Amino acid sequence: MFACARRAGVGGTAGSRIGVRSAGGMRKGFIVVVCRGCAEPPCARVCPTDALALREGGGVRFHPELCVGCGNCRDACPFGAVSWDPVETKPLVCVYCGVCASYCPYDVLAFDEVGRNVDASE
Amino acid sequence: MHPNDPIRRVLVIDLSKRTFEVVERPDLFEASIGGAGVAIRLLEERCPPGADPLGPENPIIFAVGPLVGLYPLASKTVAMFKSPHIGNLGESHAGGRSAVSIRMAGYGAVVITGRSPSPTYLVIEDGRVAFRDASALWGLRSSTTAGSVLREREGGSGHRSILRIGPAGEAEVSYACVITETYRHFGRLGLGAVFGSKRLKGIVIAGNRMLPVADPVAYRREYDALFRAATTSPAMRKYHDLGTAMNVLPLHESGALPTRNLRATRFEAAEAISGEAMASRFLGRRLACSHCPVACIHLAALRTPHPKEPYFYKTSMLGYDYELIYALGSLLGIADPEGILRLADEVEIQGLDAMSAGVVLAWATEAYERGLVAKDDLDGVPLAWGDAETYVAAVRRIVRRPTDLYRALARGVDHASSIYGGREFALAFGGNEMPGYHTGPACHLGFLTGSRHSHLDSAGYSVDQKVPAGGTGSTGDEIVAALIAEEQWRQVLSSLVVCFFSRGLYTPDVVARALAPLGIAVTPADLGRIGDETLRRKWAFKLREGFDPGALRIPGRICETETPLGRLDADDLRRLVERFAATMSG
Repeated sequence: MFACARRAGVGGTAGSRIGVRSAGGMRKGFIVVVCRGCAEPPCARVCPTDALALREGGGVRFHPELCVGCGNCRDACPFGAVSWDPVETKPLVCVYCGVCASYCPYDVLAFDEVGRNVDASE
Repeated sequence: MHPNDPIRRVLVIDLSKRTFEVVERPDLFEASIGGAGVAIRLLEERCPPGADPLGPENPIIFAVGPLVGLYPLASKTVAMFKSPHIGNLGESHAGGRSAVSIRMAGYGAVVITGRSPSPTYLVIEDGRVAFRDASALWGLRSSTTAGSVLREREGGSGHRSILRIGPAGEAEVSYACVITETYRHFGRLGLGAVFGSKRLKGIVIAGNRMLPVADPVAYRREYDALFRAATTSPAMRKYHDLGTAMNVLPLHESGALPTRNLRATRFEAAEAISGEAMASRFLGRRLACSHCPVACIHLAALRTPHPKEPYFYKTSMLGYDYELIYALGSLLGIADPEGILRLADEVEIQGLDAMSAGVVLAWATEAYERGLVAKDDLDGVPLAWGDAETYVAAVRRIVRRPTDLYRALARGVDHASSIYGGREFALAFGGNEMPGYHTGPACHLGFLTGSRHSHLDSAGYSVDQKVPAGGTGSTGDEIVAALIAEEQWRQVLSSLVVCFFSRGLYTPDVVARALAPLGIAVTPADLGRIGDETLRRKWAFKLREGFDPGALRIPGRICETETPLGRLDADDLRRLVERFAATMSG
């Protein structure tokens, strides 16, 4: 999360497009919430202004100038992978840059092209 | 300091009046960075001289630092208060998520004063504090249940941390701890009892924000350098692999592992309770504190069979580290790692400091063996070295206190031995129970003189361990100088609130370079001055509240049982304490 926020040259957690939460207390470990780059992304389907456009190879591309901040995309993602910027009232969607993976010391996160690595369990 | 950095905001909560205010205090953070440096200044301001540690006038201070949320391994929250256990400075640090949560909620420090008219828990968010009724949570059997209830009841968005006490804190046992995220603790010196005295069951802190920096390019550069060092350094790797439990075997082999109330320093079962054995038999998961790439938190998976049903198990995840294995293992002669974990589970359920609890049980076992206390005093629990089940029963009674003996044990070994005798084997220093090192004179001098009476104050064990085999050790003057220099620098680390495990990475130059992009201009020399000043303020607070270095009790046992550097001499130690005190007051 910190690595994602740091792309914009800031600290803290609010700018992150990837989430980490406990699976019900630290006893149960943690869950990483990351956009899986769906082939048919529900976030784009529910966008009333086409601010979320389909991206070649999966996932979406965000056009902030078209966004009206309705929040449908955030609610539509079953993984909760659409983060929200409460100041701009706009979604923070993954741009598939892989910075998070490069700061993961234990290979929990890997940066890979969808469909290329058949062994990846996603 | 960046003009928009919320670190300068101090949240002040009054439990008696159920009010709160946010005070802008850039002066504190400019003068003393954060953490310990800011906390001692707030304690001076807020704690009246001679305050009752369990009275409403005793403030609880939590402080974090400017690196939190911005740099790796800046993961500690420093708590300060007047200690009900030793009667002067109370200071305890915890990892987990609280530091990042306090920072993300928009505060550099939180001050809690007063006493709630009825049990309460607090929900702290940016600009909002809720005082929630905790009457139904008061008296819960387990600290873990309290944590689960708060987690499920309070939604809270963003980065969240949950602090709570167990039955020991409610009962004001003087070494009750505060538990955060189940596996991290404000362990030492009785913060849990102060919570209990305030009818404060827990605190939920949550927040989510961006932290601006003055120079983003330099910030990312310094971040990457620290991150690389943290993830490639062998020194950090060892904390990740076996954790501090890796120390069990080396300390046993060198004859420095306190065993059976320090009657011995080698434990015949060291192999069975070693970090290696724990990892191969029980390690179930490793976790990290927020923003730490190291992940040193080791959790053991303990499978407990149902008392009657076959093939029916409860699996608990229990944190362990070196100090816990020492205090609840070798010091009690427990050879079975499952026994250690069962005892650790009960200590966690009750919410006691594991180190003090182990030392208390060890003293009680020896006192019973020598006939200083009777079986009736122990409420029929026949304490015996190695018998984990009787220790579990005794831990419950320390909190329930069915007899005068347990009432005394609930105040620590210094107090209990002042009533029942056995002073010479009551392993406490300045009132605080002994950490797991019997390495030589420097460790014990550190326990006596350290501002928290902890092995972490000045790391005397490390001074001892640097003596080459067959060497006689440093001179007294060298030891005193080394301890003061280390304790001064550690004030800087705990003002930045970086984990002491990363002390090899955060050198004075690196700290100055990491702070510069945040708009904080300090030189390594400035840092040295801040460390010195913070240590002196802490020492002065201790003296103000009655700490008398000349009156420190040196337990006879530490001079009877040989260290790897030979037998210690109480008069020598006393002379070194005097020298330390003279330097500090000079």
